[in-house]
Amino acid sequence: MPTASSPPEPRRRLGEHGLAWAFLLPSVVVFALFILYPLGRTFYLSAHANDLFGAPSRYVGMKHYTDLLSSADFRHTLVTTALFVLFTVVPGVLGALLLVLLMESRIRGVRLLRSAFALPFAFSVASASVVFSVFYNPASGVLNGLLSNLGLGPVGWLTDSKWALLSVAVSTIWMNLGYNVLVLSAGIGSIPGEITEAARLDGASGLRLARSITVPMLGPSLFFLVVISTVNALQSFGQIHILTRGGPDGSTRTLVYSVYEKAFAYGSSDFGTASAQAVVLMVVVLACTAVQFGVLERKVHYA
Amino acid sequence: MTTLTKAPEVAEPARAARRPLQLRARLGRAGVYAVLAVAVLTVAFPVYYVFAGAFMRPDEIASYPPAMVPHSVTGQNFSGAVHAIPLVRQYGNSVLVAGLITLAQLFTSVLAAYAFVFLPMRGRAVVFGLFLATLMVPWEAIIIPNYLTLSGWGLGNTYFGLVLPFLASGFGTFLLRQSFRQFPGELRDAARIDGAGHWRFLWRILVPLNKPALAALAIYVFLSSWNQYFWPLIITRTAEMQTLQIGLSSLRDSEMADPGLILAGVVLSLLPTLALVLFGQRFIVRGLTAGAVR
Repeated sequence: MPTASSPPEPRRRLGEHGLAWAFLLPSVVVFALFILYPLGRTFYLSAHANDLFGAPSRYVGMKHYTDLLSSADFRHTLVTTALFVLFTVVPGVLGALLLVLLMESRIRGVRLLRSAFALPFAFSVASASVVFSVFYNPASGVLNGLLSNLGLGPVGWLTDSKWALLSVAVSTIWMNLGYNVLVLSAGIGSIPGEITEAARLDGASGLRLARSITVPMLGPSLFFLVVISTVNALQSFGQIHILTRGGPDGSTRTLVYSVYEKAFAYGSSDFGTASAQAVVLMVVVLACTAVQFGVLERKVHYA
Repeated sequence: MTTLTKAPEVAEPARAARRPLQLRARLGRAGVYAVLAVAVLTVAFPVYYVFAGAFMRPDEIASYPPAMVPHSVTGQNFSGAVHAIPLVRQYGNSVLVAGLITLAQLFTSVLAAYAFVFLPMRGRAVVFGLFLATLMVPWEAIIIPNYLTLSGWGLGNTYFGLVLPFLASGFGTFLLRQSFRQFPGELRDAARIDGAGHWRFLWRILVPLNKPALAALAIYVFLSSWNQYFWPLIITRTAEMQTLQIGLSSLRDSEMADPGLILAGVVLSLLPTLALVLFGQRFIVRGLTAGAVR
């Protein structure tokens, strides 16, 4: 093998190695500056007190974390975050599953239905949220207008602490429904046709087909959707900022919103406490992602 | 596999009960249509109302019971929205920022994906793993240091501040790598024999032949940049530098917060995204479900 043609090879390979790194360089620089460095910096800030302008002043170790643990406000924030996840993920995934199963039952106009369900896609968090703020308006909003038609009193959708979190969750479900339907439709599409056909020939249809074939085969897609919806709910910010600003009485102050409040709202620059909360957020999100990778590889994969 | 063996069990009772099932099946079918109709109306109503309300007079929107159809179509909400906030300027900002981010991410992702697929690299798996790891870091959790970095560079309230952190993406690299890997080896060899070096092969052959994946990525990146909220909210200070999304939010908070103005602003903000959703749906499906179906 090592004949006349081999000497240029190593040099060429060396050049290609260099080229590979040159091609990776732009991405690596961006990741280093805006992901890796801030990752470390968040931990650093969370272990330091800061002056009024947010500059880190002295090392305080775990103090911000222990303060958080003993703070009733922060415990409330965690509960609110968990409730928000619950209120958005469970109805969002189950609703999309129901719709997708119904669309599978050989009805007409499925393409039209898919397009209709995809419409919310065009909405950004901000546009969807301001639209819902119009709906939720206590005096002029459509929702209270409809209620008054039914003879029911006006509801303070965003101003009553009993309703606010639920109202924000409803707008979030609406925003995400199109995506959920899409993921599950794609999942159904990837179920081998022979399996459903065989079951249909054997007389299975409707609920039976759904329960015994479709839903179990959708396992991986459903699991993916639950994880991604949970992570999205944990990171939700725009709808809370626009609709409620975390209120009333902190009833919609989730973890992300709390980070924003401490760091940026009302001229507050409490970067130390905010960074400690950001670390908590990161740990929770990473745990969800880890669950996805761990479980998805092992258990839910049928095919 | 267990599901397969269950199928025959399903068969017997269903076959025996076929005749009485027919009426039930028809009723069930009607039920299916009913549920789907309600769902479609619920999902589509906000979209309809945005467009209807944007053309209503203020007193119509506020009327009790709420008006559902504009009686006399008026454009005053649009001119009102444009005057309440620097909407045209913010529109331009959004187009510019989302466009720059999209072009830059396509470029950096194409290069990185090419390196992972077609170039020799020591520790390729580790490096690629690190690229994927960037996807797991929640942006909201590292937003404080990024804000401090860019403000420290004097880039707060500038276009650079709005785009710099988003010029590369692990997701884009991942998506394009999947696509590049399916590139036929014979074509690669043929190009090499014809004397095409890496650079030439990349831009003249590989990129043109991977247009669907690039389009999927472009649409995905454009939509998500166009929709950004948290970062533009904190990195901009003046209405002139804000993006459209922040403008919409300030329209709701402004003194003249009139539903008609808000809805008119939303209609304007929807034009590009609605076009992308309606005409680019197949690309969106591809981009968004890249992680879901394997």
